[in-house]
Amino acid sequence: MNVRRSIALISVLGFGYAFLYLPIAILIFYSFNDSRLVTVWSHASLRWYAALLDNEQMLDAAWLSLRVAAVSATLSAALGTAAAFALQRLKPFFADRGYEALVMLPLIVPEVLIGLSLLLLFVVLGNAIGWPSERGAMTITLAHATFGTAYAAVVIRARLSQLDPSLDEAAAILGATPWRTFRRVTLPLLMPAIAAGWLLSFTLSLDDVVVASFVTGPGASTLPIVVFSSVRLGVSPQINALATLMVLFVSCLILAATLMTRRKHA
Amino acid sequence: MDTPGGGAPPVIRIESVSKNFGAVPAVAGVSLDITRGDFFCLVGASGSGKTTLLRLIAGFERPERGRILIDGEDMTNRPPYARPVNMMFQSYALFPHLSVADNVGFGLVEERRPRAEIRDRVAAALELFDMAGLSARKPHQLSGGQRQRVALARALVKKPKILLLDEPLAALDKKLREKAQLELVALRERVGITFVMVTHDQEEAMSMASHIALMRDGALCQVGTPRQLYDEPQSRFAADFFGVANLFDEAEGRTVMVRPEQIAVSRERPQRANVLAAALTNTVFLGNAYVCHFALDGGKVVQARLSPADMAALGALATGERVHLSWEPAAARVLTS
Repeated sequence: MNVRRSIALISVLGFGYAFLYLPIAILIFYSFNDSRLVTVWSHASLRWYAALLDNEQMLDAAWLSLRVAAVSATLSAALGTAAAFALQRLKPFFADRGYEALVMLPLIVPEVLIGLSLLLLFVVLGNAIGWPSERGAMTITLAHATFGTAYAAVVIRARLSQLDPSLDEAAAILGATPWRTFRRVTLPLLMPAIAAGWLLSFTLSLDDVVVASFVTGPGASTLPIVVFSSVRLGVSPQINALATLMVLFVSCLILAATLMTRRKHA
Repeated sequence: MDTPGGGAPPVIRIESVSKNFGAVPAVAGVSLDITRGDFFCLVGASGSGKTTLLRLIAGFERPERGRILIDGEDMTNRPPYARPVNMMFQSYALFPHLSVADNVGFGLVEERRPRAEIRDRVAAALELFDMAGLSARKPHQLSGGQRQRVALARALVKKPKILLLDEPLAALDKKLREKAQLELVALRERVGITFVMVTHDQEEAMSMASHIALMRDGALCQVGTPRQLYDEPQSRFAADFFGVANLFDEAEGRTVMVRPEQIAVSRERPQRANVLAAALTNTVFLGNAYVCHFALDGGKVVQARLSPADMAALGALATGERVHLSWEPAAARVLTS
């Protein structure tokens, strides 16, 4: 009975993981394929990785994506910290008034809606005050910071709620002003969560194609946009190589974020 | 408030201070003087306002009415970081990311002391608490007793005029706590500053404090020395809070209190003014004493505490046996409320 049940459980588990990771495994496997046809195996080679490195458009897009992700993640971490503070420390004022839901809203609003509404906002602003004069890297960065802030706020707030509130009072009674208390006590203790929030926003920005497609302009194509449009013209094995590198990169970031949050709970 | 100490100005003067949380009054019109060099205890049940009063002195809460003066200076609107006060927290509130030495030196850095002076004063403070060898440790690498001493060293290194202690011994186990009680009293004598401690434990307050303020529902119930509160309680509440009290209602709404150890038990009717006939209902042996419960003729239960020698002198007492309970007139206290 027990044996049969554990076999059943393992099968379900295996099926679940296969469902999640088999497509990625196939993609990585075929990135080392020499054939020009993506789904026909000839023999192993790094040919498409070499071709990728010569592809100027791809490399430019990758560089743009990294810059957008880094800047928007930094914005998200800073704003997310502020939002977490407001929600956690000024609880009686904010929590009862639905501000929490407002901050968290981008987590559940469909990306299409976020993208469309931001596009409208940028167009209206551009017509009204002349800024942003054109859409591109700047508008993508701001759009990514919008939802990145929500994710960062969730992560940072979870950590903030675990801090002993008497730490702040201890610093105050030892002579630290509120700003010095933040600098010397709260910020160092929050740092792992802020870093995790940064990495999460960075990854989300790097992955995003929907919101970026809406708010981008001529000449500013992030990596996911380039991949998406080139796939429509037919899949080049280069995309497999690129995707493999991205999976590797994002996995490293996620792993780093996981380790960083876990270390502090120990 | 009659806090003995005579003419010397109090180090803390609380003038009709009130503090509400929403519609709930936490501290209601409290006036209190605390003498310099006192070991002052605020006691009361949870919700009595003792912790709020301590936090008002620290500056974590602002009173709605009244003033708080420290050394004659009005502190009512000063933030905690500008008050000559320090505090030891129930959770100790050690900074988990800083070493023991950096925890202790935290307040000196805020005072912008020279680095060499900070190092010397931290070393001296750690020496005072036998912690010199542990200065590089992080708080999570310390035992509960060691954390308590780091918290004390951190609070005292800035030489505050007043040290506030919020249930400082609650996190220690019973054995360690009794030792720490004696250490805290000795420490106060050594450093010479005023200690104000909050505790819910009346025995702890009695054994440590030079003066006690008993609080109830945000107000002061009675202020005095431990002896005054035990021997001369003014109210039923105070009489019950500090030990067991036998209460006898008399005419005109007066109540008389007699402590169990003041009651003598005898088979013969003694030549005393206060004698009651009673029957033994049960006896509890505590090792160093016997606690006997007697029923009076009206059914009222009276407790007497007898030493083993008294018990031996009485001979075997059987349950239901009729005896006489008596006490010296001076042992009886008339309660005013």
